[in-house]
Amino acid sequence: MLEIKALHASINGTEILKGLNLTVRAGEVHAIMGPNGAGKSTLASVLAGKEDYEIISGEIVFEGKDLLELSVEERAREGVFLAFQYPVEIPGVSNVNFLKTAMNEIREHRGLPALSAKEFLSLVKEKSALVELDASLASRAVNEGFSGGEKKRNEIFQMAMLEPKLAVLDETDSGLDIDALRIVAQGVNTLKTSDNATLVITHYQRLLDYIVPDFVHVLFDGKIVKTGGKELALELEEKGYDWIKS
Amino acid sequence: MRLRRIFFRIVMAGYTENELADDLNQQEYRYGFVTDIASDVAPAGLDEQVIRWISEKKKEPQWLLEFRLKAFEVWKSMVEPEWAHVAYQKPDFQAISYYAAPKQSKKYESWDDVDPEMKETMTKLGISFEEQQRLTGVAVDFVMDSVSVGTSFKAKLAELGIVFCSFSEAVQEHPDLVKKYLGSVVPMTDNFYAALNSAVFSDGSFCYIPKGVRCPMELSTYFRINAGGTGQFERTLVVADESSYVSYLEGCTAPQRDENQLHAAVVELVVLDQAEIKYSTVQNWYPGDKEGKGGVFNFVTKRGMCETQAKISWTQVETGSAVTWKYPSCILKGDGSIGEFYSVAVTNNFQQADTGTKMIHLGKNTKSTIISKGISAGKSQNSYRGLVQIHAQAENARNFSQCDSLLMGSECGAHTFPYIECKNAGAQIEHEATTSKIGEDQLFYCQQRGISEEKAISLIVNGYCKEVLNQLPMEFAVEAQKLLSISLEGSVG
Repeated sequence: MLEIKALHASINGTEILKGLNLTVRAGEVHAIMGPNGAGKSTLASVLAGKEDYEIISGEIVFEGKDLLELSVEERAREGVFLAFQYPVEIPGVSNVNFLKTAMNEIREHRGLPALSAKEFLSLVKEKSALVELDASLASRAVNEGFSGGEKKRNEIFQMAMLEPKLAVLDETDSGLDIDALRIVAQGVNTLKTSDNATLVITHYQRLLDYIVPDFVHVLFDGKIVKTGGKELALELEEKGYDWIKS
Repeated sequence: MRLRRIFFRIVMAGYTENELADDLNQQEYRYGFVTDIASDVAPAGLDEQVIRWISEKKKEPQWLLEFRLKAFEVWKSMVEPEWAHVAYQKPDFQAISYYAAPKQSKKYESWDDVDPEMKETMTKLGISFEEQQRLTGVAVDFVMDSVSVGTSFKAKLAELGIVFCSFSEAVQEHPDLVKKYLGSVVPMTDNFYAALNSAVFSDGSFCYIPKGVRCPMELSTYFRINAGGTGQFERTLVVADESSYVSYLEGCTAPQRDENQLHAAVVELVVLDQAEIKYSTVQNWYPGDKEGKGGVFNFVTKRGMCETQAKISWTQVETGSAVTWKYPSCILKGDGSIGEFYSVAVTNNFQQADTGTKMIHLGKNTKSTIISKGISAGKSQNSYRGLVQIHAQAENARNFSQCDSLLMGSECGAHTFPYIECKNAGAQIEHEATTSKIGEDQLFYCQQRGISEEKAISLIVNGYCKEVLNQLPMEFAVEAQKLLSISLEGSVG
């Protein structure tokens, strides 16, 4: 599904990713772990197509397409979803209106008709229950006045609505208490199928108690330096990142 | 044209995202067609003879001619105001023609008699007779250049004693009402443009709602400048008698022309005890091209007078004009009267807007609310200018003002000039102001969800203006939303 080859990327002239390779197949859950400044969030931003980052060399192939050739919205419509570390507030725009606009753009791209209001609302009801998101949040402005936990749950709710092929969760566990963490993880697990894939970017191991990865990669200084199964995460937790660095 | 058609379709069907997408694909000013109808145009220039000519042309009574001539004398002694935060080449008032009527003097018996070309114009604007037939709830008065072409739904309104007609007609049919209230809220001496308008106004709309009557439909007037080299000076007078209510809509378009056209209107609202007028405007005069050439100078005086417990609510969405100078105001004369002002002003390219309101608190327990949202893009300048004046006798007066500015890009300007004059210590005045830049983060967030940049801007901007758009009647709000999107197309990135 996703193949990243020898990717070098920089921001403001500073090279962050220095030859990153990663292959993700449908049905898999990958965890990317690493110390601060290793390039984890850069990887998420580069996958989503954020303009601030410059691609120096390398390639990203997603579902047979050259991802780097696509605009931010085209990538999203092709099925790349980024759950933001810091979800953005959009005052005055209701969550429902925002999602309906997004869904219909994506559906149009896939040659599907727009959803009727009734279909849409029943979907909202179903998916918001998945992350135990209060129904009233759906009608409030996008992330405005949401607590940290509500914002993260809202990200997963959006993911549930948009049904991406590849979901990238950027530090979704940061700032979450244990209950919210469980709810978010449960949402992600429920959405997992044999056709989609998840890339979980995290600093800590604890999220991986709930979202069990097929592969754990350690990102350090812009490269993946170690790959293993879920036990690698535990080992990292125990020994710390210095173990990798040395 | 298309926008108006959508406006009407919405009434019947409901609106889809695809239509929005279609609209977003069209960038240019869409009302820029010129209708080829022989106009009965006054020779350029302004002197007493021209005023007499206009008055005679309209078969006006002697008192109105005297009103005009007096205003002309006043105007000659005045100078154009220069305090606004706008810069433009002052119009040559002797180069403008002050009257342009579509050449067809006879009264239309039915819409079948209307000049086909004119019908075509209306079809382009989406208010053809056929569509009007299907509509319920909206009566339209259509003012092209200076003369009102037709008013629908008259019979239905007449049953309730409501008068809704062109200004000229009102002068003939309801001279007492016109004489009593004309100039009572905006005196001819008020300002340069009001004096000019008082001297040369050619037509406009008149509306009277009798005591205790709640007007069952939105009353609506469309203004359009068509003839080249002409100015438009319309006069609107709305009188809401005791305990009555009316919601009044006004829309404006003008064709694309290289020269600047002058629009100097006067709107007077008279709101008697316990009555209410809701006055909504969507102003989309031609703003000039991308280099700042051409466009309408929109120098308008709008004011309402509230008697006891009366209420005025002004809502305006200003997307057009090269230069806007406009301050819809409320004189809260009666005790317990209420004034509201909700405004969205968008400027793009080289547009300049200096707009806001005046809330004059004279009566006790008077209340006013000001919500102003300015959006600047391109190289435009957008200013809010507002006055809250609490007089000594206005016990327990309250005002809340909120002025927000949104900047798109780095070459535009947003300015806020709030004036507060308070002579009563018991008054409560609150003022909030914010300035923000449309966030790259917000755009990226929307785009990451599959939303195109243009649509994302439209979402964000409409969210920002929501408090104001919510004040508009539903159909109008949808139209306004689209206008906002169109005005701001291509302004980020």
